[in-house]
Amino acid sequence: MSNKVSRRQFMSYTLMGTGGFMASAMLMPMIRFAIDPVLQSSDGGDFIPTPQKVDELTETPVRVDFTIKDRKDAWYKSDVANTAWVYKDGDTVIALSPVCKHLGCTVNWSGDESHPNEYFCPCHGGRYKKNGENVPGTPPTGPLDEYEVKVEGGLVYLGKTIPNTLV
Amino acid sequence: MLNKIYDWVDERLDITPIWRDIADHEVPEHVNPAHHFSAFIYCFGGLTFFVTVIQILSGMFLTMYYTPDIENAWKSVYYLQNEVAFGEIVRGMHHWGASLVIVMMFLHTLRVFFTGSYKKPRELNWVVGVLIFVTMLGLGFTGYLLPWDMKAVFATKVGIEIAASVPFIGEWIKILLAGDSTILGAQTLTRFFAIHVFFLPAALLGLLAAHFIMIRRQGISGPL
Repeated sequence: MSNKVSRRQFMSYTLMGTGGFMASAMLMPMIRFAIDPVLQSSDGGDFIPTPQKVDELTETPVRVDFTIKDRKDAWYKSDVANTAWVYKDGDTVIALSPVCKHLGCTVNWSGDESHPNEYFCPCHGGRYKKNGENVPGTPPTGPLDEYEVKVEGGLVYLGKTIPNTLV
Repeated sequence: MLNKIYDWVDERLDITPIWRDIADHEVPEHVNPAHHFSAFIYCFGGLTFFVTVIQILSGMFLTMYYTPDIENAWKSVYYLQNEVAFGEIVRGMHHWGASLVIVMMFLHTLRVFFTGSYKKPRELNWVVGVLIFVTMLGLGFTGYLLPWDMKAVFATKVGIEIAASVPFIGEWIKILLAGDSTILGAQTLTRFFAIHVFFLPAALLGLLAAHFIMIRRQGISGPL
């Protein structure tokens, strides 16, 4: 095997190299532009005040509706309604996300008459215990997410959702 | 590696004649800048096509963020230019490329005119070329409105008034363009967007195909 490069090969390498360089110079900004959402760092998530007073909480989960004010969605800002199931476990306040871990429907506390004191998802009959642990044999494959909780001025503040830490 | 993949496909589909037919053709001496530097004037058509490819690519990427709605158009352009990585570059490519296409196309037209390349048997290709010219101007006109800033709106207002001055059918053209007999607004923007992104590019691709098929069939015109 000879290591000599023929004139034709040299020509084709040079042209391909130059052409490849020009094409990538053209496409690189466009591709970086397109994949920008993947590389955006998500902001830490501020704590949002809810109307729920800590004094009124019991061991039974209650539905707390709250609004994320001026949520920034690229160039669009709007108020977004959100919900949490909140209860007291001793002195700590627990807030669970109502989003079912099966396919994302919304769960209800004691939503099913034959299974009181459990979260129930009406879509496919998914069930969770009070701390969010999914009941085996029902569709969900994991426990309900938890909100970061802060108490300030007697009110419950909720942050971003994190994986369940109670189960 | 690449050679092996190519051979594997070629053995089954016999693709070599297809690309040979497109790519393998001699460049006559009088249009080759390596022989006579002044022959660079024969590059203007190819350069126009090159910039057009950049326009199509950058335009495709811009629509990932752009919103053709009077409430959000300007905001989405501001967002993609200032908050998305390389947004300034990609929008800049489309913005400056738009002017460059017109310049290159004009130079190409001058070259064809002064070398007499429009003469028999190439009259039809000249006609198609003029249609491409009009399509490009249409793309420039409709694209100018899309950022929905003051300059865009008032330039379009003037443009539509000019269209309305056509005898007899001017009023209809105006309503067809603006989508309303008096307002330049929501419907104008969506119409211009549709024309800019779907209708004119489709027409342009068809015309370019005809342009290129004709040049391959007839060959480049002879030396002066």
